[in-house]
Parts: sequence; C-alpha cells; structure tokens
Amino acid sequence: MTVYLTRKCEFSASHHYHNPAFSAEENRRIFGKCNNPNGHGHNYTLEVMVKGEVDATTGFVVDLKELKEIMNREVVEAMDHRYLNHEVPEFQNQIPTTENLAIAIWKRLGGKLHVAKLHRVRLYEMHDLWVDFYGEA
Amino acid sequence: MRAHLTRRYWFAASHRLHTPKLSERENRDVYGKCNNPFGHGHNYALEVTVSGDVAPDTGMVCNLLDIDHAVQQQVLDRFDHQNLNYVPEFQEKVPTTENLCVAIYNILKRSLPATHLDKVRLEETSQNSFEVLGE
Repeated sequence: MTVYLTRKCEFSASHHYHNPAFSAEENRRIFGKCNNPNGHGHNYTLEVMVKGEVDATTGFVVDLKELKEIMNREVVEAMDHRYLNHEVPEFQNQIPTTENLAIAIWKRLGGKLHVAKLHRVRLYEMHDLWVDFYGEA
Repeated sequence: MRAHLTRRYWFAASHRLHTPKLSERENRDVYGKCNNPFGHGHNYALEVTVSGDVAPDTGMVCNLLDIDHAVQQQVLDRFDHQNLNYVPEFQEKVPTTENLCVAIYNILKRSLPATHLDKVRLEETSQNSFEVLGE
C-alpha cells in the first residue's frame, strides 16, 4: 500500500527578479516591486512529499532522519541566509521565482532518495503564496 | 516544466440559506441555523491555483499581478463586506459555499482566459472547505 509522507523545513533567503533581455521599464512592469535591484527576502517554508510502500520490517516509507539530512544538505545549507541570484548556481542564468526555486529543489532532491520516490515539492514564499511541482515535464 | 501556483485571499460576507422552493419548515430542517432570517457571516479564505509551463523569460507560470488584479476587481471588491443574498449571482441561487465556489470559479475562468485555472478552494470556516477543479 502506498503511503505519502511530508517533511517540512524552513530557510530564509533574498532575491530579486530581473531579466537583462528586457528594458528597465519592462522589468519594472513585469516584476513590480520584486525588481528592486537591491533585493528583498522571504522566510520560505518547504514541504517535501515522498511516496512509497511501507517497509514490512521498519514500518517506514522512508527513513525520516535521512530525508532530513538530504533536505538540510541540498536546500538549507545551500540556500539559508543566501542571496539566491548571487550565491546559488541555478540562478546565475535563471530568475529565482518561486516556480524556478521549487523546480531547482526538486532537481536537487530527486536523485538523492534511495527508497521512497519524490511526489511533490511545495514551496511557500509567504503564507498566502506557494508553488507545487510534481516533476511534470 | 509545469508548475502549480496558489495564492490565498480573504473576504468577509454574510448570507442566509433559504430557498423559495421549500416550505418555511423544510428550509429550517434543511439549513438549520443557516436559515436564520437575519443572516449570519463568515470570514472566507479563497485559494486560487493556476498552472502552466514556467516561461523561460520571466520564470513564472503567469504574472501574479494579473491574478491579484482579477481577484481583487472581480471577487473581493464585489463580495467583501457584502450580503451575498443581494449579489447578482445569488438572486436565483442559494449562497451556499458550494455555489459561491462555483460562482468564483466561473468568474475567474472568464477573467483569466489565458490562464489554466486548476482549482478554486474556498474555506467557509476553519472546519469546512469546498473545491472546484478545472478540467
């Protein structure tokens, strides 16, 4: 029987949205306040949902300790108290929107899980705004 | 890559659940306290989920400013601090949260024709919520 398990973590980071292919006016119109070149920040909440069969011996879908370590290493240590545009390689050539950040986190976690399968990455930028990514191409 | 973006909004409104198709007694039986002739109100929480491919030039599924604008103009400005029984959508329909959720889905479907509307979810209280899923 498939069971879905979710683990949560938090990190704080700054970013700004800017596409050098757009004019300054277009950048301001499309990205609004997020275009402020000095950046701004959020407390992000990440929920990682994995799925799998319940192991007959351990009763686990996934070793939560291992999932926590992977999330800490791949996400929190890489992104917490960082400026995403300048310090996270994925955003050297990509705008660090919540959409792109959720996809980047999925890619970071995807190959690292041994037993369970990644089902959903849900990333809250604020309590009233979040993105879900299910690995859909 | 396809991502799903959800934004949450709040509004407060009153309503009375009553239908002329039923007798006074039947209305009381079906709607219970919600049939109180003076009405009552809720703080509704509205979640709007849209989805689509993340555009490479903006990094977005769709511009949040457009969604905020549509919800503000078409939903919040029309329903917030109103008695729903007096709103045009509920002249012929009972303003249950089911019907309200469908009405909001239809309004946003019209207001955001270029956006794929995944879901409209409406919480009437912290203990009940209603969802309309897009095709």
